[in-house]
Amino acid sequence: MRRAAALAGALLLAAAPARAESVAPYAIVGDAIPMPLAGAKGDAKRGQAIVGDRQVGLCLLCHPGPFANERAQGTIGPDLRGAGARWSEGQLRLRLVDSQKVNPETIMPPFHRTQGLSRVAGAFRGRPILDAQQIEDAVTYLQTLTD
Amino acid sequence: MTVLGSRILAGLFGVALAPLAELRAGEIPFAELRSGSELMSPDTRAMQDADSANPGMLWVIEGEALWNAKAGAANLACADCHGAAELAMRGVAARHPAFDAKRNQAVNLAGSIEWCRVERQKAPALTAEGPEALALEAYVARQSRGLSIASTDAALRPLIESGRELYLRRQGQLDLSCAHCHTENWGRKLAGLALSQGHPNGYPLYRLEWQSFGSLERRLRNCLTGMRAEPYPAGASEYLALEAYLKWRAHGMPMESPAVRP
Repeated sequence: MRRAAALAGALLLAAAPARAESVAPYAIVGDAIPMPLAGAKGDAKRGQAIVGDRQVGLCLLCHPGPFANERAQGTIGPDLRGAGARWSEGQLRLRLVDSQKVNPETIMPPFHRTQGLSRVAGAFRGRPILDAQQIEDAVTYLQTLTD
Repeated sequence: MTVLGSRILAGLFGVALAPLAELRAGEIPFAELRSGSELMSPDTRAMQDADSANPGMLWVIEGEALWNAKAGAANLACADCHGAAELAMRGVAARHPAFDAKRNQAVNLAGSIEWCRVERQKAPALTAEGPEALALEAYVARQSRGLSIASTDAALRPLIESGRELYLRRQGQLDLSCAHCHTENWGRKLAGLALSQGHPNGYPLYRLEWQSFGSLERRLRNCLTGMRAEPYPAGASEYLALEAYLKWRAHGMPMESPAVRP
């Protein structure tokens, strides 16, 4: 019993820092998150790789976008072309982080949230789809898509 | 519509129209139901329609042999009690899941076959979703091809309702419900392929992606994995509830098993 309690305590200690770091705190102003997550600076080139990778950003599963080499694009969400003209940096950030904050019924997954989810598969539990740096990279890339 | 008109219609169909309309609120209207076979390529459709090209027929043929093979301590074949499957099994798959009053529980087609095997043939249960179980199910389901799904048993109502709740529940890291794709966005493309309406009318079926024949439960597990959700354990009651709901939702659609899907 005591051993089990000690083990549980050790697991908690091991898990706690990881969980604290997995999702960055943020403040919503209107329909936007004006400040970069974790103060990270986005990189458009890395963002392009994230958005274009169906296993990482997942974006092209649902959205069409300017990726000539990716033929199996989705048509569920709006075209990513022009996203940088339609939305401000902060609006893009909130729509990536947790789009349900804008539309509770949306099909768009919450890319930077771990709470309030149900029956998450083991390998993904406690982890957001994209970490703070990846969100900032994707936001920076999407801002370049102005037409 | 006039009151008289709706009474006449209700009489014709043997149902009370108002409650049915209420139950189907939020569902795809009957007139807009589309089988997955209507959304796939002409090549795949042709493969399904020609027995000589449909890989699922290999399972049907194997199932026919099992139907006629004696098994178990009772030394009985399915055919010894039921006779010719073409007659005895006609429409059976279209009516499952069904409520079994004797056992006071709902059961799907695979479950009914298993019950017969264990209780009547006195044989060990076939491995769930194993090649023999799938073959027998394919052979029985084949006898419903072209017949309309009939989900009319009031005793299934609670199971259908719990299936609908599961269908509408967000799950997994992607926080999606079944309805987000298969009710609200069917026909649009996910990774280049048209989203289906999620109907169960072709199962068990041959899936090109699997390069194999499989059950509806296997397909549901695929979707849950895609949502990055924990699949329910094999044989869990959630699958039966979802199957009962999907069959109810697809009431009236023609059965296509053994179907072919991309």
